[in-house]
Parts: sequence; structure tokens; C-alpha cells
Amino acid sequence: MGLNANPLLGGDGFITTKLGEFANWARKNSLWPMPFGTACCAIEMMGVFASRFDLSRFGAEVVRFSPRQADLMIVSGTITYKMASVCRKIYDQMPEPKWVIAMGSCTCGGGPFDSYAVVQGIDEFLPVDVYVGGCPPRPEALIDAVMKIQKKIEMQGAPIV
Amino acid sequence: MILDLQSVSDSVDANFPDTILDIKSFRNETTLLIKKEGIREVCRYLKNDLDFKFIVDVTAVDYLGMKTPRFEVIYYLHRFGSEFSENVRIRLKVEVPEVDLRVLSVTPVWTGANWLEREVYDLFGIEFIGHPDLRRILMPEEYDAHPLRKDFDVRDREASKRCFERELKEGEDGAS
Repeated sequence: MGLNANPLLGGDGFITTKLGEFANWARKNSLWPMPFGTACCAIEMMGVFASRFDLSRFGAEVVRFSPRQADLMIVSGTITYKMASVCRKIYDQMPEPKWVIAMGSCTCGGGPFDSYAVVQGIDEFLPVDVYVGGCPPRPEALIDAVMKIQKKIEMQGAPIV
Repeated sequence: MILDLQSVSDSVDANFPDTILDIKSFRNETTLLIKKEGIREVCRYLKNDLDFKFIVDVTAVDYLGMKTPRFEVIYYLHRFGSEFSENVRIRLKVEVPEVDLRVLSVTPVWTGANWLEREVYDLFGIEFIGHPDLRRILMPEEYDAHPLRKDFDVRDREASKRCFERELKEGEDGAS
């Protein structure tokens, strides 16, 4: 990226960069989360969106309740097999590129529920980018996960369709 | 109408002498053990004549390896009243042997029993005769076990997985 502030250009200047990097820079700073909250972790997730922890400082405050407008799915809460198909369907409805955070012990590996009804980790049916442990995790941990997603977008990016 | 639990159980016993198998009273809780065939009649009497308008819960217990008959279906009834003493709760029990898992439904008496009986059907596999809509309520419809039975392995996820995969496949077909 280069900055050109030649006064002959009228004072505004311009920057030069590659299109892919520019797109990923925009993507990482305007993540629109799709909250998939099914249990107590969702309460903590709401805390992250609200003013005290304020995820909008990282550009990810526009919570979309329609998967078609979101690019980051935060799965927070116990996922049962009956809910899993719903979860997968919502993920499938999100447009590319998309990322997934597994928030809390239940989504990472079933948590305390070693039972017939509970999925032992959502990576059984979803590609997870970042796992956040904890029961529930502190808001800082979720913010850290969002920053890791941002890092991932910056490093790997996603193809421009 | 002021009727304490003692007079409630006396009144039921007097009206259905052959149907009431046992009356237990323990720490102000009264339990009536009722013959399987007579449950709906006793319930109708308790509701219409003794004002037990509210069915609190229908549940069941699996006594596998502890006693026969294996199952017991349990009903909790409540009567509301303006006086504290009029608010009375009573417990009914019906024994259900493993060879004949059928009980008369009490949904015709209390509409509120509908989902409670569906839950017992789902988790214990006890059939309620005369129920208007006896389907599973919690587990997937094509699930092939009854999870609250004592001989069910609670860590066995295979049946849940099968239902999940079928659901996914149906979703793919329907999305086209």
C-alpha cells in the first residue's frame, strides 16, 4: 500500500493497494455477526455487543438476525442434534465468505452434556474457525476470538467472487 | 367447599371401592394407587365433583429390576380455592406392566394433559388410549428409543445422529 499526497493533486491525495487486500481490509473491519444463541453463552454474547464491552470498537456491532446479511456466525450455547440441522441450515444460507466462532465448552465439545441428545462439538457438522473455551467464556475471550477472525481474514483473506 | 385431603381420599374410596387399590399418606401428601382401567373415571370424579380443575403434571417412573410391574404413571392434581386450606394437591399412581404398556388417556378430562402425556409417551413409550394426538414431543419423530427407560444407554448418540442426518438430507432435497 502506498500513500500519495502530492499537493498538485488538490491536497486530497490517494492510496494505492491491491484489490484483494483492500476487500479483506474492508471485510475484517465490518464483520456482521449472525448470533446463534441457544443457551447461557448467548447472554454473555449480548454483553459483548452491549456498551460495556462494545464489540462495535472492532466493527462487528451490526448483529444480523438474517443469515443472508451476515458473514460471521457466533454459535453460543448447547447444540442438540435436533437443533443441529437448524444450525447447519442457517450456516448454509449465509453468503460466502463466512466464518464461524464456536463459543463456550458446549459448542466446542459438548461441555458437561455427555448425553444422547447433545452434539459433542459443532465441528461435527460445521467448519469452525475459532474455538472459545469457558463456561461461559468471559466477554474478553469472545472479543479475542473476533480479533483472531480479523487476523485470519487479514492473513488468508477470501477470494473476491 | 372445604375438603381436606382425608375427606377427599375417603370420598374417592367410598365411590370407587374396587378401583382404589391403596391409599398412602406421608407428610401431608396423599397418594392413591388406582387400577389401570379406572383411572379416567376417578379423574373425572375428582375434577367434576371434588373440583380438582388443574392437572399439574403427568410423569412416569421405570422400576426396572426393582419391582414388577415395571412402570408407574403418576398424576399430580391441584385444587384452587380462596382459602389456604382449600388449596390441596393429590397424587395418583397407576401401575403399568411391561407386557401391556397402555393406559387410558386423561386428556378428555383435562385438555392440559395433552402434552404431558405426549412427553411420557416419548420418553417411556407408554401409550395413552384415547389421546387425540399421540406423537413424540421432544425427540425426533423417527427416533427409535425411549430415553428415560433404565435400559437405555444415555451416551448412545447413534439414533440421534441418524435422525440428524436424515433431517439434513431432507433439507437438501427441499432446498432445490
